[in-house]
Amino acid sequence: MSLDIHAGELLAVVGENGAGKSSLMNVLYGLYHPDSGEVSVEGRPERFRSPRDAIDRGIGMVHQHFMLVPTLTVAENVVLGREPTRWGRLDMERAVREVADTCARFGFTLDPRARVDALTVGSQQKVEIVKALHRGARVLVLDEPTAVLTPQEADELARVMKDLVRAGRTVVLISHKLKEVLGVADRIAVMRRGRLVTEVRAADTTADQLAALMVGDAPRAATDEPAPVAQAPGEVLVEAKALHALGDNHCPALRGVDLTVRAGEVVGIAGVDGNGQRELAEVLTGLRRLTSGGGTLLGGPLARLTPAVARERGVGHVPEDRLRRAVVKALSVEENVALGRHTKPPFAKGPWIDFAGRRERTRELLAAYDVRPPEPTLVLQALSGGNQQKVVVARELDAKPRLLVVVQPTRGLDIGAVAQVHARLREARRQGTGVVLVSLDLEEVLALADRVYVLFEGRVTGEFTRPDYDERELGRRMLGAERAHG
Amino acid sequence: MLEIVTRLLFATLDAAPALVFAALGAVLSERAGVVAVGIEGMMRVGAFCAAVAALTVPTPLAVVGGMLAGAALAAVHAYLCIRWRSDQVVSGIALNLVALAGGTFLLETHYGPNGTPPIQQLTAWDWPALSSVPLLGALSGHAAPTYLALALPFLLQALLTRTPLGLRLRAVGDKPHAVATLGLSVPALRWGAVVGGGLLAGLGGAVLSTTVLDRFEQHTPAGLGFMALAAMVFGRWTPLGAFLAAAFFAFGNALRIGLASSAPGLLELVPQGVLLALPYVLTLLVLTLQGQRSRAPAALGVPYEQESR
Repeated sequence: MSLDIHAGELLAVVGENGAGKSSLMNVLYGLYHPDSGEVSVEGRPERFRSPRDAIDRGIGMVHQHFMLVPTLTVAENVVLGREPTRWGRLDMERAVREVADTCARFGFTLDPRARVDALTVGSQQKVEIVKALHRGARVLVLDEPTAVLTPQEADELARVMKDLVRAGRTVVLISHKLKEVLGVADRIAVMRRGRLVTEVRAADTTADQLAALMVGDAPRAATDEPAPVAQAPGEVLVEAKALHALGDNHCPALRGVDLTVRAGEVVGIAGVDGNGQRELAEVLTGLRRLTSGGGTLLGGPLARLTPAVARERGVGHVPEDRLRRAVVKALSVEENVALGRHTKPPFAKGPWIDFAGRRERTRELLAAYDVRPPEPTLVLQALSGGNQQKVVVARELDAKPRLLVVVQPTRGLDIGAVAQVHARLREARRQGTGVVLVSLDLEEVLALADRVYVLFEGRVTGEFTRPDYDERELGRRMLGAERAHG
Repeated sequence: MLEIVTRLLFATLDAAPALVFAALGAVLSERAGVVAVGIEGMMRVGAFCAAVAALTVPTPLAVVGGMLAGAALAAVHAYLCIRWRSDQVVSGIALNLVALAGGTFLLETHYGPNGTPPIQQLTAWDWPALSSVPLLGALSGHAAPTYLALALPFLLQALLTRTPLGLRLRAVGDKPHAVATLGLSVPALRWGAVVGGGLLAGLGGAVLSTTVLDRFEQHTPAGLGFMALAAMVFGRWTPLGAFLAAAFFAFGNALRIGLASSAPGLLELVPQGVLLALPYVLTLLVLTLQGQRSRAPAALGVPYEQESR
């Protein structure tokens, strides 16, 4: 695979998950070493042994998962590795001054003395960019930079990227969000399965063309499907009032959430990561105790719910952290399918495991959900992430839940698997299941949900009903703007 | 009264250095993200090697030998944990067991069960100007390690908080991947911290054999390494905090000895075993009371792998 990057341009590299975008950039940054081939900078072939070599040649990288030390200050993070010293001691005053200078030069507003873990995600990303610029980066590589940002922060980032190009820097944007790529890039390189498929000028193409190039002949993304057909909402499944709960850090995570879920509707929970979504899902599935508040869930009290009682009443759960909470990766696929229902037919006969029944049911499910390879005895961890997720969704829906709580169901999946999962969720809704969908991907929420609650700092700051979805307004609410109207 | 306090302080200063050095070694290693359960073993080899070396070379030189022995054992820990990413707790415990069994074996085969022959202790320095002053007089009459143990915590604190190297060590204990993306070597930083910690632990052990005792005894260091870990946690993984905690533990120990010798009637009321257990009970109590609030380095005990992000 070869790719040219020109000085002073904003190049976007697009492709599906697993197309090789990030690997390519890690090679460019010296984190991975190519098996063959070479990287040249300004005509000179280079061998990057470590990121330090890449940094020395003016390449900076902003990783998808931030590479910041949360307990250090902004200035400490920026100067780490090339600290200014005076007589062997760290010269913190100079570090702060230098970082402030760099911020001022590129128009960032950051407090160099603030601790990084006190900053918002958007600000942390700016710290990453400043860190690269401070090292004299002329080529800046951003890996999926908007994945964690609100729409407002993403707009801000687009402005920053354009400013950088105007200031003579080169920006390489890695993304699979076509709309945003089209908005900012000069040139777009499309990757598929480790190959460069084509390069196009942003002005000469459309999102549909790009999508087709990216996927080849695979199924289209579910997010491009038409919106769900309205259907009359059914009986009330969940009626929650003033939910309060603590987070893992023993600080209040839910601070008075009201929530209603009816049969046959998808209720989306939108918000920036860490605003109580995870805790809400855990409350609804009995995994987290309420400190106050309550209500009813599937005909019983919501207070003091335990996972066993929740399952008994018909709650299904597709948790966020698949490997920690949904599956046992060292067990076989069929054993995982039986988990939670292992005492009931067809998985058990009296006190004994019903091996034949389990095998047969697993085979049916693997075929229906297009899990590859469809092999019940395979150890689960041998499957790809997407196929593992299909197994989880298959198991939960096979139990015919009345309420299904799904958290980040498509994170890290490729487009084909995303489409599968989305189709299944729609199917469950049609059959009258109430679905609570928690996702950080606003597009996903808007594509599937009939109603959306926006959570901010443990409170509902907005409720939107299809078709009145205003992305700007949603974004404002995600950042904590109160109900100004409606 | 004043005289009793002075005597207690003196005893504390005499006994504390071994614990202080070991606790500082543990802080150094753990701040860089490598668990230091092996400290007990490193102290033991340090104590053994120093005592054996002191049979033939001058005692100060033997202490250096003990430090190197501690560092050598730490290097094994570093090799297993950093190069092969093995479980740091298991590796540390294995080293403790090896040091325990190896020390006993060599002792029994070469010197008999009661310990090595007596050696020349490190000489104590008298400060005549001080020794008559109440309270301050406690400072006089110790060997060099005591004075080093008073200075080193401040030096190490400055190293960690005020130098580039310290910044890097703290960063590597909290988020090694961030350090790697800046082109710094995570393994090199961790190797340095673990081996440095071993030097300090070995020094702690050597100090036991050459000041507190005058030989290597069968049970040395008798759990002192684990108390050093407790001091590290109690001191919130900072050199000064660990120093204060270690001094506190040593004071508790001095108090016990002082009580037993100055008030023999006490022994009839309280069994000897209860008094002996006092420092350990104190340690447990302290850890239970504040263990929840303490903040360990975020990447402590997590092996660093370059390609997992």
